[in-house]
Amino acid sequence: MSQDTLNFIFIGLSFVLYITIAIRSRAGSTKEYYTAGGGVSAFANGMATAADWMSAATFISMAGTVAISGYDGARFLMGWTGGFVLLTVLMVPYLRKFGKATVPDFIGDRYYSKWARGVAVICAIFICMTYIMGQMRGVGVVFSQLFGISIPAGVLIGAAIVFFYAGLGGMKGITYTQVAQYCVMAFSYTIPAIFIAMALTGNVIPQLGLIGNYTAGGEAVPLLEKLNQINTELGFSEFTSGKLSKINMFCITAALMCGTAGLPHVIVRFFTVKNVSAVRKSAAWTLAFIAVIYLTAPAIGAFSRINLTQTLHGTAYAEAPDWLKEFEATGQMAWVDKNGDGNIQYFGPDRSPVKTSSVFLGKAPEYPDYDTPERQRIGASGERLLANKADDSNPNELWFGNDIMVMANPHMAGLPMWVIALLMAGCIAAALSTAAGLLLVLSTSISHDLMKKIVKPDLTDKEEVGYARFTSFAALVVAAYFGINPPSAFIAKTVAFAFGLAASSFFPTLLIGIFSKRMNKEGAIAGMLCGITFTIGYIVYFQFLGGKKENYLFGITPEGIGFVGMLINFAVAFAVSKFTPAPPQEVQEMVATIHIPSGAGEASNH
Amino acid sequence: MDPKNAEHYHRASLRVVFSLLTIWFMISFGCGILFRDWLDANFPTIGTAPFGFWMAQQGSIFCFVVLLIVYALLMGRLDSTYGYNEEKEPTQ
Repeated sequence: MSQDTLNFIFIGLSFVLYITIAIRSRAGSTKEYYTAGGGVSAFANGMATAADWMSAATFISMAGTVAISGYDGARFLMGWTGGFVLLTVLMVPYLRKFGKATVPDFIGDRYYSKWARGVAVICAIFICMTYIMGQMRGVGVVFSQLFGISIPAGVLIGAAIVFFYAGLGGMKGITYTQVAQYCVMAFSYTIPAIFIAMALTGNVIPQLGLIGNYTAGGEAVPLLEKLNQINTELGFSEFTSGKLSKINMFCITAALMCGTAGLPHVIVRFFTVKNVSAVRKSAAWTLAFIAVIYLTAPAIGAFSRINLTQTLHGTAYAEAPDWLKEFEATGQMAWVDKNGDGNIQYFGPDRSPVKTSSVFLGKAPEYPDYDTPERQRIGASGERLLANKADDSNPNELWFGNDIMVMANPHMAGLPMWVIALLMAGCIAAALSTAAGLLLVLSTSISHDLMKKIVKPDLTDKEEVGYARFTSFAALVVAAYFGINPPSAFIAKTVAFAFGLAASSFFPTLLIGIFSKRMNKEGAIAGMLCGITFTIGYIVYFQFLGGKKENYLFGITPEGIGFVGMLINFAVAFAVSKFTPAPPQEVQEMVATIHIPSGAGEASNH
Repeated sequence: MDPKNAEHYHRASLRVVFSLLTIWFMISFGCGILFRDWLDANFPTIGTAPFGFWMAQQGSIFCFVVLLIVYALLMGRLDSTYGYNEEKEPTQ
């Protein structure tokens, strides 16, 4: 049986499972559509939230980031898990007690103003859209690999599937579907890692392999030392020492953490358990489930780095493994034979006099049209030729997208076909689950918070759900567009922008709203607006308008600027609230009551 | 609801939150980023991995999970002490 057939069988089976669950628990009333009736157990909710978390960025991109950047990859590892701690101890129990289904709802009531609600809706739209863009890119990468098609076509297929079950099932469908998805993801992520750990280090547990010895090359050498040695030989910086400056590393990690705590689609998840105490338990479960994957990612990253250099560097293209050709065909790997020796050379910036390692000129590989003569499309060794000019300032000949690492990993290690098929099913689950969760939040923000609460209060339940579905569709179209033309070359970075936006807008506003009685609407609105405007401006300027690296504020990259945006938000909010009147008495009393865990209201009755 | 009781509970819960967050900061930003080089050089390695590197990529995540379990336990205990525990009360 071929790999493709097996892939389709595994994915097909997993889909039958999800769809069966979704259809069996199809949403009824509006309330159920949003929060699944409020009666999901802490354990199940923990798993579902973990699946929501394990987005395409985590699943596909994170290990690749660790492989490429070594220690620096810890910004994502710590940022996303550490943010969960913030979320749990500072936000969720209080929001759950407050009992409103969406974040703009809380902000609208806490800051007693339609304007605050409106600004919150706009922030939610920006955050979710940026995040979905990253997910759609992930969906595209996976489907392109699966069908051997280009990424744009993969994005379109994925978008259609996401729309189908986010719109149909609502949250209830998604909660139980996501429990199933978590299981698929966890197995498909850890099983290949176990196989590879055994092959490279003789350890069954990947985490022990990472801190153990590399044994595949005869005598045992500490694995990380081996990696450092490989990296330095090829002209990269050491694996265990990062390239990012301390301040940048600090800011990016902080932005990811605070962003996590302000991400609306995760907060909304905790409205599905019955009371505040269950929220805390559910959060602990969630992080434990997340940790299974996050602790494996650094191991996968390290292993794939070793495998990649050992299978490809110095190998003749003609003898290179088949998967290289598959990735070339979908435009995710490229080899440019600069010195014409027919061998693949993979080198880092330190091997070049001008410290570059780009293989070709331009951002992404471009290919000649299909009707050009064959000698312009296929090179002397049989490789796929690029339309881009080769970059002759350095000897590096191998280009690959970071996002393919996880998918290429089992191929590189020569694992059995069923492991690869399982992994494909996991990748698709990861990409689809988060996109579906986000779409739901986005559509709720617009249909509920914008249409019902601000524009047209007499909206019926039915119309509201109608609006929600329409918005899902519109959002997907936009997300698909940006999935095809992404703001950043790789997924984790695009997603990091979404976290920066959340950190600079929702995090401070929610935090002050929960812990300060004095904060009023003027302060909150001004803070949110300044924070998110600054952050969007910085990202757009440096990412799209060609801002130069030398002009970075304190050397902070756009990924980490959300942290500065957050500080601005705090400062503006406090300054403005000092000169404007205190909030009304009932709001201050409300703030006092959300700190008492009991009587969390409505959603506690199943 | 007795307002004095509520006030005490509120303070106690903030104490829990602040102490956990202090540990959280020391683990992630402290061990993983700010003092990482010093830890790499002066602390015993974990297996074959330098201490700071290991904390950044593995250790911090373990600690986060433990922190959340402790949080759920401590807050659960506070709820019972101040009579806000909903699990044991009969449902109406």
